[in-house]
Amino acid sequence: MRTSLILAGVSAFAFASAALAQQAAPPPNATLVRHGHVYTVGAGTLNDADVLIENGKITAVGANLTAPPGAKIIDAHGKPVTPGLMASWTQLGIQELQLVAEVNDSAPNQEQDSAAFDVADAINPASSEIPVARIAGITRSLVAPVDCGDVFCGTAAVIDLGLGPNLVVKTKAGVMAVLEPNGGDGQKNARPDIWTKFRETLDDAREYCAQRAGYHRPGGYRDQRSLRVDLDALCPVTQGSEPLLVHVERASSIGQVLAYAQANHIKLVLFGASEAWRLANDIAAAHVPVVFDNDVNLPTSFSQLGATLKTAARLDAAGVTIAFQPQYDGPAQYARTLTQIAGNAVANGMNWDHALAAITKNPAAVFGIADSYGTLEPGKDADVVVWDGDPLDVTSAPTAVFIKGANIPLVSRQTRLRDRYRDLDKKNPPFAYR
Amino acid sequence: MGKNGLPAWGAAAIVVVALVLAWALIPALHKSGADKHVADQFPNDQFPSTYKPLPSKPTLIRNATVLTGTDKEIDGGDVLMQNGKIVAVGKNLTAPANAVVIDGKGKFVTPGVIDIHSHLGVYPSPSNEATADGNEMVNPVTAYVRAENSVWPQDPGFTRALAGGVTTLEILPGSGNLIGGRSVVLKNVPAVTTQGMKFPNAPYDLKMACGENPKRVYGKKGGPMTLMGDVAGYRAAFQKAIEYRAKWRNYWKDKKGDPPDRDLNLETLALVLDRTIPVQMHCYRGDQMATMIDVAKEFGFRIAAFHHAAEAYKVADLLKKNHICAAMWADWWGFKMEAYDGIPENIAMVDHAGACAMIHSDDPLGIQRLNQEVAKAMAAGRRMGYPITRAHAIAWMTRNPAKALGILNQTGTLEKGKDADVVLWDHDPLSVYAHAQKVFIDGALLYDRNNPKLSPRSDFEIGQEDNANTGGAGQ
Repeated sequence: MRTSLILAGVSAFAFASAALAQQAAPPPNATLVRHGHVYTVGAGTLNDADVLIENGKITAVGANLTAPPGAKIIDAHGKPVTPGLMASWTQLGIQELQLVAEVNDSAPNQEQDSAAFDVADAINPASSEIPVARIAGITRSLVAPVDCGDVFCGTAAVIDLGLGPNLVVKTKAGVMAVLEPNGGDGQKNARPDIWTKFRETLDDAREYCAQRAGYHRPGGYRDQRSLRVDLDALCPVTQGSEPLLVHVERASSIGQVLAYAQANHIKLVLFGASEAWRLANDIAAAHVPVVFDNDVNLPTSFSQLGATLKTAARLDAAGVTIAFQPQYDGPAQYARTLTQIAGNAVANGMNWDHALAAITKNPAAVFGIADSYGTLEPGKDADVVVWDGDPLDVTSAPTAVFIKGANIPLVSRQTRLRDRYRDLDKKNPPFAYR
Repeated sequence: MGKNGLPAWGAAAIVVVALVLAWALIPALHKSGADKHVADQFPNDQFPSTYKPLPSKPTLIRNATVLTGTDKEIDGGDVLMQNGKIVAVGKNLTAPANAVVIDGKGKFVTPGVIDIHSHLGVYPSPSNEATADGNEMVNPVTAYVRAENSVWPQDPGFTRALAGGVTTLEILPGSGNLIGGRSVVLKNVPAVTTQGMKFPNAPYDLKMACGENPKRVYGKKGGPMTLMGDVAGYRAAFQKAIEYRAKWRNYWKDKKGDPPDRDLNLETLALVLDRTIPVQMHCYRGDQMATMIDVAKEFGFRIAAFHHAAEAYKVADLLKKNHICAAMWADWWGFKMEAYDGIPENIAMVDHAGACAMIHSDDPLGIQRLNQEVAKAMAAGRRMGYPITRAHAIAWMTRNPAKALGILNQTGTLEKGKDADVVLWDHDPLSVYAHAQKVFIDGALLYDRNNPKLSPRSDFEIGQEDNANTGGAGQ
C-alpha cells in the first residue's frame, strides 16, 4: 500500500511536470498544416490545400506549400480546416460560475445606469471556461454584459481565447442597451420609460461630449441624470465610432431603434431580435448586423411571438449580416454550442458557407477586428482549427487549434476530470493522486 | 373522508414483499405495531387519464435504417404499425391491403423520443408571472402538489417538442423544494385537458431535489440553509410518513373507530415508502448522490434516476450497484458551483460503467433536439475510445428513459406489441442536419414536416400577427 501510494505520487508529479512543460513551451516559429479541406471564408474553399503559420500569422494558403526549415508539420488528412471561430455575446472570462456572485462580473448592479461598466476590467485569462471553449474551436469572442434590468448595461470587449496573459484584443467594442422590459416580477420599466431614458441619456451624452469642458465648469451646464463616466462611455457611440449594441426582440421596437439610429447617426447592432425577419429588408438596407441564437423558436415573451428557426435563412436571403451567439441567455459555459447553432441554421435553410461566415468573418467585421482575424488569408492572425468532420455538425471536434499561431494543448479542466475518473477501479492510486 | 373513499390498491402483493424486505430497515415500523400484512390502500388515481389514441391507419415504413432502441440497427428494415401498436419490425414485411406504405429509403426510424425531465406546461411559453407554475416554494416539503395540476396543455413548447420527435415526456415540479411534488408522464399529443395527455398506466413519480436550490430558496426563510439541513429535511418528512402509514394500517386492520385525519402530503410520501411512487432525484454532485442512496435505503424508497447528475461519472459504479439511472445533459456545466465538474463524456462514462444512462433536457429548446444532444454525448464517448454504436446511443433517448419512468413495457423500443410511438427521420438522427419528418404516437401520424396541415398549433399561437409564418410544431 505504502509503495503504491508513493508510486502514485511520483507518477502524479511526473504528469504535472509534463503538463507544465507543455504549457510553458513557446509556440513553434512555423507550422504547416497540410492536406486540409480549407475553408478560407474570405477567398473560397480549397481542396487539398495547406496553411502556413509563421510567427503567429498566416503567411500563405494554397496547394503544395513548402515548409520552412524546422517547421512543425500537421497533416489534416483531407479534413476541414477553418479559421478559429468567434462567438458573439458570451460572458467568457467574466463569469466563471453564473450563480456564484464572486466570479460573476457579467452585469452591473441593478438600479444603475451603467454604460461605463466595462467588461475589459474583469476579463480573467485564467478562467477555466476559456480552455473548455477553445478546444471546441472557439478562438475569439465578443464579451458583453448580460441584460441588467436597466437600459444601458455596459461596454463590451473582444477577446482571444489564447494562452494569454492578455486576452483583450479590442476594448470599447460597443455599449450594450436593452430595449425590452425585464418582465416578471422584476419589471420596473414600461416601454415608454425605457425609450425616454434611452433617448435622454443619448441626448445628454451628445451634449456632454460636445462640450466636455463646460460640464465641469460650476454652474456652466445643466444637471444630467447619468454619471460623468457613463456619458464618457457613450461619447464614441453618439459620434458613430463605437457601435451601440441593442438587445431588442419585438418587430415594432426593432423598427423604432432602426429609425432612431438612422436619424442620429448611430452605428447599430441588433441583438436577440427574434422578430427581425419581419423587417429583414429594412435591416439590410440600413446595413445593420444582427446577432442572435437561431435556435430560439418559442414565444418566450410577448415580444417574441414571431420567433422561428427560419430567422437565419430569412435574414440571410435579404442580405443582412448575421453573427451567431451561442445558446441564448445561457451562461458563459455554453460558448461551445456555437457550431450547433450555426448547424441548425443550415438545417433550417441557411447557406452553409454563410453560416460559417456568421461565426468567423462576420463578427470580425461587425466588432472591428477584421484586419487581423476572421479568414484564412495571409497577414491574418493564425487562428486556425483542424476538424475531424463537418465543423457545423454536433459529432465533430477539433483535432488541432491554433490561436495567434500558438498550438493550443487540447486540455481543459474537463479533460483532466475525465481522465481522472475514466477508470473507476478504486484500488490505486486514489482519485486525488491521479 | 372514510374507508369508502379509499379504493383497493392494485399492486398489493408487490408491496407486501417490499414491506417484508423493508421491515428490518425501518425501526419506526416495529414501534408502530403496524401489521405488515395489511395492504396499503392509499388512493392514487384522482385525475385519471382520458387519453385515447387518435385515429390511425395501418402503416408500413419500408426499407429504412431502423434503430430499434434495443442496440440493433437494421439496414433496409421495415416497421409495421396497426391499431396503434407495433406489429412487426424486420425485413420484407408484407403490408396489409389497406396500409399506408412509406418509402424509407435513405431515412431512419427510431422509437419516439422520451424526455424524462421537462417543465413544459408548468413553465410554459410565454414565460411571465402568470405562467410560472412549476415551483410551489411556500414550504420545503410539498409532496401534496402535482405537476399535472399546473400543466397548461396550450404551451406551444409541446408542439415544438413534437417536431423534435418527442412522443413521451415527464413533467416535473421544479427543484426549489426538497420534496417538490408529484410529476406526471404525458403522451405528447395536442389536447384540451391535461388528463387528455396523460400516459395511461404510467406510474407517478415524486420529484425531490438535492443541493443548492432548496437552500437558496429557504436559507433565509427558516431553512434548510445547508446541505445537512437538506438531508435532515428529507428524513424528517419520511419519518412522519412512516408514522402516518402506521396509523392507517392500524385503522385498516379492523376499521374500528374513526379513520385518521387524511394528510395529502404524507399520503403521497406513504406511497413513496411503498415504492408505488418512485423518486426522481435532482442531484448534481456524486457525494450527494451517495448520500441520497443511503437515505433511500434508510426509509426503503426507490430512486429511479438522478437528474442532472453532473458528477454521475464519478459514482457510476455506485449507480450500477444500486440500479439507479442517471439523466444527464450532453454539455451543460458550470452555471453553478454544483455543476462545475460536469463533462461532455458523462453519459458515455456512466453507460460504459454498465449503469443506466440517458439524456434529458430540462429546457424547452433542448427538448427539441435531444437527438443532437445524444449525438454529442456519443461523439464525446467515442473520442475517449469507447466503441459506441448509434444503435446503442439511441437508447439514451428512448429505452433508458422509458425504463426509468416504468413504462418500458409500453414504449421506448421498436418491438412487437408496444405502442406505435415512432419517428421517421430524414437523415441519420445523430446529426445536426436531421429532422423528424413524421412522428407517430400510438400509430397516429401527429406531425408531418412536409404537410402544414399536420403541424399542430396551440390555441395561444393562432391568430397572432403573421401566424402563417410562425407558430406550430415546425417552427
